[in-house]
Amino acid sequence: MIIGLVEHDRGVLEESSLQMLTFARGLAARMETSLTAVLVGPEARPLAESLKPYGMSNIILAEGDRLEHYAPEAWARVVLTLMEERRPEVVLAPGTDRGNEVMGHVGAKADLPMAANCSGMHPGDPFKVTRLRWGSSLLEEAVVEGDPRLATVALHVMEPEEASLFNEPTMEVFSPVFEDTDFRVRVTALEETVADGITLKTAPVVIGGGRGVGSEEGYAVLEELAGLVGGAVGGSRVATNNGWRPHSDQIGLTGNRIAPELYIACGISGAIQHMVGCKGAKRILVINNDPEAALFSKADYGVIGDLHEVLPAIIREIKKG
Amino acid sequence: MNILVCIKRVPDIGAKVELTGDRRAIVTRNLGFTISPHEECAVEEAVQWIEKDGGVSTVLTLGPDGAEEQLRDSLARGVDRGILLEVEEGEWDPGETARAIVEAIRAGGREGVGFDLFLFGNEAADTGDFQVGIRVAHALNLPCVTGIKHLELVDNKAVCKREVDSGWEVYEVPLPAVITVKEGINLPRYPSLRGTMKAKKKPVDRVRPERSGAGLQMLELSHPPEQGKKVEMLGEGSAAAPKVVELLKDLEVIPS
Amino acid sequence: MSTFPSHAKVVIIGAGIVGNSVAFHLAEKGWKDMVLVDKGPLPNPGGSTGHASNFIFPVDHGKTMTQLTQDSTEQYKAMGVHRESGGIELARTKERMEELKRRVASAKCWGIEAELLDPDGVLKLFPWVNREKILGGFYTPSVGVVDSLQAGTIMREKAQEMGALSAFPNTEVLGMDVKGGRIKSVNTSRGEVEADYVIIACGVWSPRIAEMAGAAIPLAPVAHQMIDAGPVPQFAEAKGEIEYPILRDMSTLMYERQSAANLEIGSYAHRPILYDPNDIPSIDEAKLSPTEMPFTKDDFDPQLEDALDLLPEMLDHDSVEIQYAINGLISLTPDGAPLVGETPEVKGLWSVAAVWIKEGPGIGRLVAEWMTDGAPEIDPNEMDIARFYPYARTKSYVWNRASEGFNKTYGIVHPQEQWESSRNVRISPFHPRTSELGAVYFETAGWERPHWYESNSKLLEEYGERVNDRPNEWDGRWWSPVINAEHLAMRDRVAMIDLSAFAIFDISGPAALDVVQRLAVAQMDVPLGKAVYTLLLNRFGGIRTDLMIARLAEDSFRVVTGGGHGGVDKKWFKDHLPEDGSAMLHDRTSALCTVGVWGPSARDLLQSVTEDDISNEGFRFGTVKEIRVNEIPVWALRISYVGELGWELYAPFESGLRLWDILWEAGRPHGVVPAGIGVYGTTARLEKSYRLYGNEMETEYNAVEAGMERPKVKAQDFIGKAAYLQAREEEPAALLCTLTVDDHTSSSGEQRYMVGHVPVLSPGGDPIVDRKGRRSYVTSAGAGPSLGKFILMAYLPPEHAETGKKLQVEYFLERYPVTVEVVGNTPLFDPANERMKG
Repeated sequence: MIIGLVEHDRGVLEESSLQMLTFARGLAARMETSLTAVLVGPEARPLAESLKPYGMSNIILAEGDRLEHYAPEAWARVVLTLMEERRPEVVLAPGTDRGNEVMGHVGAKADLPMAANCSGMHPGDPFKVTRLRWGSSLLEEAVVEGDPRLATVALHVMEPEEASLFNEPTMEVFSPVFEDTDFRVRVTALEETVADGITLKTAPVVIGGGRGVGSEEGYAVLEELAGLVGGAVGGSRVATNNGWRPHSDQIGLTGNRIAPELYIACGISGAIQHMVGCKGAKRILVINNDPEAALFSKADYGVIGDLHEVLPAIIREIKKG
Repeated sequence: MNILVCIKRVPDIGAKVELTGDRRAIVTRNLGFTISPHEECAVEEAVQWIEKDGGVSTVLTLGPDGAEEQLRDSLARGVDRGILLEVEEGEWDPGETARAIVEAIRAGGREGVGFDLFLFGNEAADTGDFQVGIRVAHALNLPCVTGIKHLELVDNKAVCKREVDSGWEVYEVPLPAVITVKEGINLPRYPSLRGTMKAKKKPVDRVRPERSGAGLQMLELSHPPEQGKKVEMLGEGSAAAPKVVELLKDLEVIPS
Repeated sequence: MSTFPSHAKVVIIGAGIVGNSVAFHLAEKGWKDMVLVDKGPLPNPGGSTGHASNFIFPVDHGKTMTQLTQDSTEQYKAMGVHRESGGIELARTKERMEELKRRVASAKCWGIEAELLDPDGVLKLFPWVNREKILGGFYTPSVGVVDSLQAGTIMREKAQEMGALSAFPNTEVLGMDVKGGRIKSVNTSRGEVEADYVIIACGVWSPRIAEMAGAAIPLAPVAHQMIDAGPVPQFAEAKGEIEYPILRDMSTLMYERQSAANLEIGSYAHRPILYDPNDIPSIDEAKLSPTEMPFTKDDFDPQLEDALDLLPEMLDHDSVEIQYAINGLISLTPDGAPLVGETPEVKGLWSVAAVWIKEGPGIGRLVAEWMTDGAPEIDPNEMDIARFYPYARTKSYVWNRASEGFNKTYGIVHPQEQWESSRNVRISPFHPRTSELGAVYFETAGWERPHWYESNSKLLEEYGERVNDRPNEWDGRWWSPVINAEHLAMRDRVAMIDLSAFAIFDISGPAALDVVQRLAVAQMDVPLGKAVYTLLLNRFGGIRTDLMIARLAEDSFRVVTGGGHGGVDKKWFKDHLPEDGSAMLHDRTSALCTVGVWGPSARDLLQSVTEDDISNEGFRFGTVKEIRVNEIPVWALRISYVGELGWELYAPFESGLRLWDILWEAGRPHGVVPAGIGVYGTTARLEKSYRLYGNEMETEYNAVEAGMERPKVKAQDFIGKAAYLQAREEEPAALLCTLTVDDHTSSSGEQRYMVGHVPVLSPGGDPIVDRKGRRSYVTSAGAGPSLGKFILMAYLPPEHAETGKKLQVEYFLERYPVTVEVVGNTPLFDPANERMKG
C-alpha cells in the first residue's frame, strides 16, 4: 500500500496534492500495490469527491474535533497511526511547506529517514529516489532506507492527470488517538491579508526586475507595464537585497515560486536561485542586454536590449493600440 | 535568554555548477562558501533578540574544518560563541546531523548550558531536506514551528507567523522551542569591521561527533536534462516592441 | 550588431580599458576595418577593468610609467571621466618616511607637483587619520579617480563612429591560426576571421589566448584583496563618488579610498594568491564576475586591524559593515612592468597585457604609434614583451617572480634590489671559480653575474683611504667598498671579468651587410676583422640600443650586446632580415662564453699563454682575431668599456672553465684580480663617461644630445638617418654631461652617496627643464675611485651644460653641490685613451 497525504488549506485542495496523487498512482502501479489517499480534518470531507478521478482504492478521512486547525504534529500522528495499522510500503506527501513539515515530523517520530522533494522513485532493494537539490538545479540519486519509505514529491515534476480507468474508492472515516503534545503547535489565529488585486502568485503575467533595473525608481516602468497587462511586479534577490523591492516581492528559491501564464524577466541574468522561483511559469520572455545571460537558455522568447529602452517601447506600442 | 542557531556551510554558487569526476560533489575550487539566506536570517534574528533582551547567542554547525569560516562570519555579525561539530568532508543525512546536534546540546546541558530558543533555517540551500530542526525538536521533546517570517518573544513564549497564500498563520508556543525561519523575517546585516576583529577572539568549541548511520544516502549528482527549449528571439532594443505586443495579444494578455 | 566579418585588418581581443583604448588610438591614426571581440558582455565584460578601484597616483620611481600615467590622466580628463581628489601616501615608520622623500625626488625628476606633509598637514586634508600612527605623508594633489568602464565605452564608440571598428561582445576566441610564423586568423564562437594583426588585450586571460597561437604572455593572475566598508558616518554628507583624498597606507601596503558613503580598502600585504589562467571561472560559473574571486577572509584579517588602527574614528563602529569583499584578479609580470609589443614568436600578433587602469589610455596610444610609425613617442623598452628570454616565459618562473613581486607593489624597492626566486637559471662556465672567489652575484636576464668578490676584501687594506665606505645604509645597500678596491687593482694591475651574459648573434648570408648597414649608424662596410661600436636608432632618431658589430667575413657579422637588452635587439634584427632568406640570424649566446682581461698587465698576461701576435701593431684596438690560448681556440676582441688595455675573449662554452684557469694561472705573477660588474658597469664606465643603455641612452634623447654622434655620416641609408641628420643640424635641447659631487656632507654631518634617479637643480634650487620640456635628473651615479670623486651623469640644457658650472642635486630632500666636469663624451679619466689604445 502507498499512502498519499493530501494537503488542503481549510477545505481548499492544493494542486500539488493532485500532482502527488498522480505521481503516487504511477508508483503504485509499478509496485503492484494499492494507493490510499488520506484527508485530515473535518473541512476535508467534501474534497474526497474531487480526488476520486485520480485513481485510488481507498480514501481515509481522519476526523476529530481538534483537527479543525492545522497542527503539524497531529497530522503526523494520523500518518503514524495509519503506518502502524496498515503497514504501507511508501508514504508520500506533496513537497510543500506543510507536506515537508508533516513528513519531517513523521520521520522524526518514527525515527525513519525522509526524502524531501523527490522527482522520481525506483522501488526495489535498495529503494532509490531522485531528489531535487539546490532548488532544482541539480538532481540527486539516493538510497532511502526504512519501512515504510517516507518522501515528499517535488512540485511541478508531474502535472495532475486523471486516471483513464478508475474504480470507485472505498471511503473510510478514521479517528486516531491523539496525545496532547500533538497539538502543542497549531494555528491559533489567521491574519488574512486582503489581497489588493493581483498578487505574484495569482497574476497571469509577472514582470520581474533584477540588477539591470538599477534602482528603486527604475521599477516605475515595470509597474506601468504591469498596469497595462494586469500583471504583478517582482524582483530578483539582487533587487530585494538592494532594497529596491520588499522581500515579499522576491521571486526565487527563498522567495516566491510563481506560475503565471507569462513571466517577463527584465535585466535578470538568471542565477540558479532565481530560476527555481520562476520555473513554474508557462512561458518566459527574457529582456536583457547580455545575450549570454543564463536565463535566455530557459526562455521561450528573448529580446536583447536594455530594459529601460525596451519596456518604454512596448508601453508605447500597447498604448498605440 | 540563550539562543542556539544552527547553520550549514554550502558553496556560494553562480549560475552554473560543475560536478566532480565522481559526481558526488560540486567543484568548489574557485567558489567561496556561505550559508543559506534563511540561515543568515536565523543568525540575524538571534543577534537582534540578544541585543534586545540580553543573553548569549551560540552558533553551531556540523561540517569540515573549513566551516569555522561560517561560524566566524556569524560571530562577526554579533553571535557570542561557536560550536563546530567537526567531521570529514562528505555528507551527513538529516537524521545523523540532528542526532549529532542533539548530542552536542545535551553535552552542553550537562555542563549547565541550556537554551531557550533554537533557530534553524527552514531548509539548507544545497540538500533542501526541511527536517533537521524538526528532528532536533523531537529528540529534545520541544515544540517546533517551521517556515517562520515573523517572530515575537514575549512572556517566555514565542509568537510566530508563517506566510500562506491567504495571509499569515499565527502559532504560539512556549519556550524553549525550535523555530525554523525563512528569508524575509529580517534584513540581515553584513559583518562590521569591528565585529570581524572581535569575532577572532570569540570562543569556538570543536567537537568530533560519531557517525550514527545514514538512512538517506546520496549516490551521485547530475544536472537535470536540458529542457530543449529553443528561445525565439523577438529582436533587439526598442525595435522588438511590436513583436512583444503581438505576443501579448496571442497569449490574450491584452485584447487584440 | 552587424554580421561577423570573415576578414579584418586588425582583430582586438578584449574589451576592457586596454582593448578599447588601442582600438580608439588606432582609429585616430587612420586604421580601418578593425574588429573588437570579447567573451563577455558590454560595457563590462567581466575582466579586471570591471572591479578596479580606479584611482590614479601619478608618481612612480620609473620615468616611463610616470609618463604613461600622465598621458592616461590627460586622456581620462579629456573624456570627462576623471575626478581629482588628491592623494596621500602615509608613512608609519622612519624607513617609509625616507621612502617618501625619495618619492618627492621622483616627482621632481618627472615634473609632478607633490609635497611632503607632517602629521598635521595630513590631518588637515583627512581629519580622521589616527595621528598616533603616522609620521607624515606624501601629498600629490593631482591624484584622481576615473570611470574606466565609461572611458572604455567612450573610446570604443568613438572608434565605431569613425567607421573604423565593429564590436562583438559575447564572442569567445576558440583558436588562432598561424602560418609561416605570421598570424593568419582568429577562430571565434561567431566564426573565423582572417586578420593581418591580432592584438591580445585580455588582461588575466592573455596567457591562455596567446598560447592558442604558440606565443607566451608571461603574466600571472594574482588576487588583490579589496573590501567595501560602510556606511561611514563621516561620509554621510558625501555626495559624489570621490570627495576626499585617497590614502595609501604605504607602511601596511594598503589603500583606503572614499567611494560615496563607503570606504574601499585594498591590500597588497597578504600572501601572494595566484591563479592559473585556465582556472578562472566562466561568466556562468562565477558568483560575481570571473575576476572577482571569492574573498579569502583569513588573509585579510591583519589588514582589517591595520585599517582600524589608522582610521578608528571612521571604522570602529558596529554600523560600518563589510558590504562587499573580493579577491580581485590583477595581472602581475615577472618584473612588474607591462607586456607590450609584437610577440617574438608570431609576426602580427601583439600583446597589450598586464596594463593597469592608470596606464590604459597611454599605452593604447603608445601601441597605436608603435604599430603605425614603427616607434612610439614614449620609450617602450621597459615594457617590450621581447625582453623576456625563453626561461622567463615559463609558468614556473612567472609564478615565482609574481609571487615575490606582489608584496613589492607598495614596497620600498631599492634601485639595485635583487630577486630571490628563480635564481641560477643561467650560469657561466666560470661559475665554479667565481663562487670559490666569493663572488656576490647580481642577476641580469637570468644570468648570475659576479657584482664584486668578497675575496678582494683584502684589497681594502691595500688601498686604504682611496676606498671609502658609505655610512648610510640605503646608499650602501646592494653595494660594497670592495668594488672600488677591485677597480683600483684593475687600473694598477690586471683584472678578469666574467661577461658571459652578453647576447651574441651572427648575421650571415649574401644580404648580411645590407642588414647591418640598414640598422647601424656607423659605417659597416669595413675591413674583415674590424669591430665597430655603434648606435641603432628608431625612425625618429631616438636611441634604440648600442652594441658592437664585428665583421667576420664578407657576408658575416657578429653582434654583441648586453644580456638585459638582448631579446629586444635580437627581435629588431630578425624583424629586418630579408624575407627571401638571403641573410640569417644565428644566436650564439649559449655557445660562447666571454671573459674580459683588462689592465696595464693585460698584454703580458695574455702573451704568456698565446703564441699569436697580440702586440699593439699585431692586434689593433677595435679589431678581432682568432687566437689560441694554450689549447683553447679563442675569438678575441680588442675593445674596452673600462678604459684599459685588454680584450674580450670568447670561447666555446665547454672550454670556458679551462680558459679561466689558464688565464688565472698566467695572471698570478701579475697580481690578477677578479672584478665584478660593479666595476665594469659603474665605476670604470663612469670614469670613462661611457653611456649605459637604459640610463643615458633611450629613445627620448637623440645621438647628438647623448654626445654620441659620429664625426661623419655614412652615405648609406639607415633607420633614423633623416632624424639623425636633422639633429646634427639643430641646436641640441640638452647635452649629456658628466658631473662630480663637491661635498657629500648632509645636514646631520653624514656622508651621502646618491643612488637612483635624483633631480638636478639650478644654483637657485629650481628644477632644470630643457626646451622640449624634459627635466634634468641624474641618469647614472657612482664612484670614480681613480679620480677620488663621485661621478654623476645628467642631460643638461645648453645654458647649464658648461664645464665648471656649479649646480645642485637633491637627495632625500637635501641639496648637494655638484660641478659640471665634462660636456659631451670626453672621459674624465685618461681623456686621450692612451691606456686603452697603447
